[in-house]
Amino acid sequence: MRARVFVTLKPSVFDPQGTTVNEALHTLGYTTVKDVRQGKYFELDIDAPSADEARTIAGEAAHKLLANPVIESYRIEVDSNAEATVSAAEKRGAAMKGARR
Amino acid sequence: MKFAVVVFPGSNCDHDAYDATTRVLGQQAELIWHKDTDLRGADVVILPGGFAHGDYLRTGAIARFSPIMQRIAAFADGGGPVLGICNGFQVMLEAGLLPGAMLRNDSLQFRCQQVHLRVEQTDTPFTLACGEGQILEMPIAHGEGNYYAEPDVIARLEANRQVIFRYVTATGDVNADANPNGSINNIAGICNQARNVVGLMPHPDRACEVAIGSADGLVMFESVVKAVIEGAFATTR
Repeated sequence: MRARVFVTLKPSVFDPQGTTVNEALHTLGYTTVKDVRQGKYFELDIDAPSADEARTIAGEAAHKLLANPVIESYRIEVDSNAEATVSAAEKRGAAMKGARR
Repeated sequence: MKFAVVVFPGSNCDHDAYDATTRVLGQQAELIWHKDTDLRGADVVILPGGFAHGDYLRTGAIARFSPIMQRIAAFADGGGPVLGICNGFQVMLEAGLLPGAMLRNDSLQFRCQQVHLRVEQTDTPFTLACGEGQILEMPIAHGEGNYYAEPDVIARLEANRQVIFRYVTATGDVNADANPNGSINNIAGICNQARNVVGLMPHPDRACEVAIGSADGLVMFESVVKAVIEGAFATTR
């Protein structure tokens, strides 16, 4: 089961990065873009018998760790059809690539 | 008396704190690895600056799972003085030892500069040798020091006199020009309700000798020595 967790700053919290990206888009001519909020995205492969259970686990993970509830909110999507598509070797490769950056 | 300086993977001001408390202050100190669970009889705990666990996920977010943190929470609960400097402050916020959270600096820049702080309260173990309203000069070096909490939490902090340091101008004015990161109410440092846990973004550990720019930070370490010797914040460990 794959859960996708989207973490963004709460609407009440000023997002200077999102604001800067918004201004950059305006410089490129995308003046129809009215606002940008920058956030984080997590994919969790969860060994769970049902989508509901996967959602519960992802929700707890988001609340306890992935998001800081003081400043951030989160949204969860669960895709029950998605098998774990990323092989262990690919994951290792991606991790090494990340470490070199 | 003895200081414990906690070392996380990625801490880089652990030796600044160690040097300030030993060579400059003349006290004992021990570096304690984050996987340790024993504070070795220390009277004071310092969470130093740096980038614990590479600041992965959020600053301080992973450090709260280090085994030593449970021991430090118990030490703090028992009234033991705990000081979080810069990244150490961020770790305290993530660990729930202090309220609030850090946002990216409003300038989006990593700020490395001298700042002026006004001592707002002197009834903490780390400020009791200060004069109220005393202005201290010390450096900051952070990208995420923009202190944030919900308005009701800020109101409670102010009402309980838990704001210990504010960014001010050299003459002591609280204004936007003196605020290096966008922190609400120019907050640079706070304490918990029991007042024994203090966190601040500026670096007293890097301001203990005139030769390196300022010796104004030393008074914080002298304060806690006085507090421990006088038993003002006796621990129940």
